[in-house]
Amino acid sequence: MDISFVILVEMLYAVASLVLISAGLAVVFGMMKVINLAHGEFMMMGGYATITAVGLGVNVFVAMLVIAPLIVGLIGLVVERLVIRHLYGRLVDTMLATWGLSLMFIGLATMIFGNTTTGISTPIAGFAVGDYQINGYNFFIIVVAILLVIALYALFRGTRAGLIARGTMQRSDMAAALGYSPDRIYMATFFCGSALSGLAGAILAPLVGLVPTSGGAYIAKAFITVIAGGPSLIAGLVSSATTFGFVSQVFTFAISPVIGEVALLIAAVILLRAMPQGITSRFFRGKL
Amino acid sequence: MGGSATRSAAREVILTLVVAAILIAAMPLLIGTYTLTVLVIYGMLGLSLGLIWGFGGILCFGQAAFFGLGAYIYAISAVNIGESTLPMILAVLLTAGFALLLGAMMFYGRLTDVYLGVITLVVTLILFKFINSTAGPQYVIGEARLGGFNGIPGFQTLNVPGDPGAYIWGDALYYVCAVALVIVFLLVTWLLRSSFGRIAVGIRENETRMALMGYDVAARKTVLFAIGAAIAGLAGALFASWAEIVTPTLFSLGQSAEIIIWCIVGGLGTRLGPVVGAAGLAYLEFVLGQQSMIDNTLIMGLVLVIFVLFLPRGLVPAIASLWQGSVGAFGRRRPVRRMRRARHG
Repeated sequence: MDISFVILVEMLYAVASLVLISAGLAVVFGMMKVINLAHGEFMMMGGYATITAVGLGVNVFVAMLVIAPLIVGLIGLVVERLVIRHLYGRLVDTMLATWGLSLMFIGLATMIFGNTTTGISTPIAGFAVGDYQINGYNFFIIVVAILLVIALYALFRGTRAGLIARGTMQRSDMAAALGYSPDRIYMATFFCGSALSGLAGAILAPLVGLVPTSGGAYIAKAFITVIAGGPSLIAGLVSSATTFGFVSQVFTFAISPVIGEVALLIAAVILLRAMPQGITSRFFRGKL
Repeated sequence: MGGSATRSAAREVILTLVVAAILIAAMPLLIGTYTLTVLVIYGMLGLSLGLIWGFGGILCFGQAAFFGLGAYIYAISAVNIGESTLPMILAVLLTAGFALLLGAMMFYGRLTDVYLGVITLVVTLILFKFINSTAGPQYVIGEARLGGFNGIPGFQTLNVPGDPGAYIWGDALYYVCAVALVIVFLLVTWLLRSSFGRIAVGIRENETRMALMGYDVAARKTVLFAIGAAIAGLAGALFASWAEIVTPTLFSLGQSAEIIIWCIVGGLGTRLGPVVGAAGLAYLEFVLGQQSMIDNTLIMGLVLVIFVLFLPRGLVPAIASLWQGSVGAFGRRRPVRRMRRARHG
């Protein structure tokens, strides 16, 4: 009984962390068809922003939930204005440019923070379930991921800004004709995506030792999750995160964590081979 | 027409050989042969991606997978066999075979651009994670322990065929690698002049049209992909012989990124560009590695961003068009440049 509860929590946690890791990339890719390969570094910077802020005496939750997303969002804004703005519609070029950006951020972080591991302790204590110890922070991550998905859905479905954003993504010329500036909307969307990346990096920072190259661990997973999700933003994100989280945890518990990681990757290959346009090209069509 | 094409081909081969001979003889005066060897090997690796990306339109995010695979196959079989000729051949053939399977899976599944990128990236990651986790003594192939993160040291390096005692190293290894690069370069030239190469360029330009003309697009892409992998495998085997150790970092994302940067900076759709880009940037990195003021990665990233934004065609085409512009007589041939570039580099 206890073990099944532990496994359930671990599964949910795996899915939740995939959702968190991929959300920023999903917004930017799903809305603007831009693949931001510097996404992992945005997360890394979110982590550093949190740790620095906590070091300066800020409350850890304020640092994670407010300061880190704001700082990374602003960095994203600068990046969008300077680089990505010039490359809309050129998918491969944006990938290469953002890859270059990711290398630059790694270099900058190495110069500023040094090539050493830093970290903060998790702010929520663990508790025991029968014979097993569960990390209380895992629940926090699960809750944040659920709230994030609900907030995204509410934003895009329920608000006027979301409606304008979706309209612009479908027909930017029509949106422009109706008096909305696509340029500004893209800018705002990229800001939101970057802020989400910063948030994810901040929330995961207490769980991992942070080094300037930390981003590399996230980008591949996020990239795979978003691409496998397919055209629908939220449905794709949730469905592919669930699939991959489930597969990797099953193999992690059955064999070993390394096999779990490999199983996730193999699942991605099989999934893309079977559904080359992603999960939501076949299921949940037309959903958001 | 046919006669003049053959003649211009022969003239190009002779020109290539002469320039290559001068470069091979002159470069050791400027840079030590130990560094030069690895620049030449990287040049070959750059060429392998330049072929499939620049001429086949296949953006492979995992060219490092084939590079690492070639190196590991060479190391493992060299430990078991105790000489280097057969391991060299195995490194090329098995890598190509692996790419053939992977390519068939992707191209018959009609995967394109981003999705292709994801799959090749994922395969590289799988190899990286797997090799990294093979530290235990149960991971043995023949007599070779895979060694996990520490890699495989102490295998037989390159020797004169038939005589395992006669090692090829130092200056000699440089000349062997350089000649190998020239041979591969000429083979690529020949391949691109053949009908196979022209059809590959046709597929890059318009896949649907080539399919409607009756060409088996999937099969041709698969074969081209495998040829690119074979070249990367050869480069990997030579690299293993140069470094005398193979480690999982050969499969890393950073390595894949670098190969792509070489191609972009050197110039896609040319044969020379990726070679020049690879050797040039690898040397730049080597020089920058000797100072500690500015982080190396920062500069490489900056180079990539600047090239994508301001010089997306790369160095070699930019210099070539400057040259043609200044000569003037060729300045008006713009509309046909794309095809010319595809054929002549």
